Amino acid sequence: MTRKFTDAAIAGIGQTEFSKASGRSELQLAAECAKAACDDAGISPHDIDGMITFTIDNSDEVNLARCLGVKDLAYTTRIPGGGAAAAATIYQAMAMVNAGLCNNVLIWRAMNERSQYRFGQNPQQQQMQYQSGNGTGSLLWCVPYGAMTPASWGALQAARYMHTYGVTNRDLAYISVQQRAYAAKNPAAWFYGKPITIEDHQNSKWIQEPWLRLLDCCQESDGGVAILVTSLERARDLKQPPVKIVGATQSIPYNVEVISNYYHEDLTEMPEAKGVAKRLWAMTGLKPSDMQMAALYDAFTPHVLLQLEAFGFCKPGEAKDFVKGGGMALDGALPVNTNGGLTGEAYIHGMNSMIEGVRQIRGSSYNQITNKTVEHVLISSGMAGAVLEKA
Amino acid sequence: MSTPTDNAPAASAAPKPTRIPPIVTLDAKFFWDAADQEQFVGQKCGDCGLFTFPPRPMCPQCFSLNRQIVPLSGRGTVLGWTIPRHPQPFGFKESPIVAVIQLEEGIRMVSNVVGIGYDEIKADMPVEVAFEPTMNNHKVPVFRPRV
Repeated sequence: MTRKFTDAAIAGIGQTEFSKASGRSELQLAAECAKAACDDAGISPHDIDGMITFTIDNSDEVNLARCLGVKDLAYTTRIPGGGAAAAATIYQAMAMVNAGLCNNVLIWRAMNERSQYRFGQNPQQQQMQYQSGNGTGSLLWCVPYGAMTPASWGALQAARYMHTYGVTNRDLAYISVQQRAYAAKNPAAWFYGKPITIEDHQNSKWIQEPWLRLLDCCQESDGGVAILVTSLERARDLKQPPVKIVGATQSIPYNVEVISNYYHEDLTEMPEAKGVAKRLWAMTGLKPSDMQMAALYDAFTPHVLLQLEAFGFCKPGEAKDFVKGGGMALDGALPVNTNGGLTGEAYIHGMNSMIEGVRQIRGSSYNQITNKTVEHVLISSGMAGAVLEKA
Repeated sequence: MSTPTDNAPAASAAPKPTRIPPIVTLDAKFFWDAADQEQFVGQKCGDCGLFTFPPRPMCPQCFSLNRQIVPLSGRGTVLGWTIPRHPQPFGFKESPIVAVIQLEEGIRMVSNVVGIGYDEIKADMPVEVAFEPTMNNHKVPVFRPRV
């Protein structure tokens, strides 16, 4: 094939139902969501030629390709860093299409994170597997001190920020309430039909005192999400309105690590997201005010504030006022996580919020932005990001 | 990488420690071995003098492999802290106070602040090192308020 720069686009998205007990294997979830993404695009799974997932996804490429009847796989890769990897999958897919090396790249993440294992549980002994590829030293340096869960690491990461800018747990309630309001209208969401109030948030139990309550934390979910990336030219001839990947990148600044991120210079900011922002805005020539929506990785609510500031939507310390003033709402300056996010819809490791960005550009969200045309959407998983564009 | 396996019995009078011992990697073995002896040490570059934490085999500033193990002052301040409430951390009868400690040498580590009430912990408070026992007869550095 002739190799020339080729614009990339998201042609298909797919998901399984999101639940607390899928009742089937993770490989089956992966196959189902992958098939759904191909069907959405109108591409045969046989023609997939690239496959990308997270290092910690339990399904093997060969086994998944076998389910899908993939004829000839040209490329596979996996991204480290847990959920921080989410948007980096789009980055890799874009790069492969841009380089003219792949035509149909499948991104997937499928897990029984509630019924089969739970990230939010204590390790019971020291023989837990410490492995490279997670981008975190939390098991080595936090567990002996009783910081054993993502919530504990996340709270410790947010504590200096919240202390410095006087962000209270009640301030976080506005994020939680807004995202559950979105989830309440999204049939796929765990919080479908179940909006919450500020008082519900304030009455939920402490997970990490005095920073995070239960309703500040993401779901634990079973499910799968897949994305099919192809060339923009080809996407124009497929079933769905094409969504161009106008830019994508990753950033891991010096001494930054995933979630147990306490070693870089200024703990009141998220340097990895600032690094992503710097590269993304330079790459695309766009700026925060050009975005009509953002999907921001919200394992815990404070990280929404940190990302709003890192990407330049708010000045340092001002995101809490932005959120309190309705900035994340459908008629706000920047609707955020309109699927309900990882807190309100499901926790498929960031992937489910990324495809909500695709739906907003297509005009097919259950919480569709209607007061303006959605031309650009920002996707961020902290250490990686992408800008999607209505083609 | 190895896991502590020495199982010398603890003194029979003391309650058996329930804190999980650290996973010990080869590059950090010096740190945990010293803690077992109630010594608080750090890694300093033998050529350019840079302190690093977590420990690592190469100096990120001058790329020297010449690392020195040096005593640390044990003095620091609390940069951030949290109290894990749910789930109750395994091995802790009461929720610990977990904190990021800014050490005088310019490096940081996660530890506990002990000997203090939940309503007394404050950002930027001065602390000094102490040691607490773990399962399998090991010890880890923790911090207590410094006057």
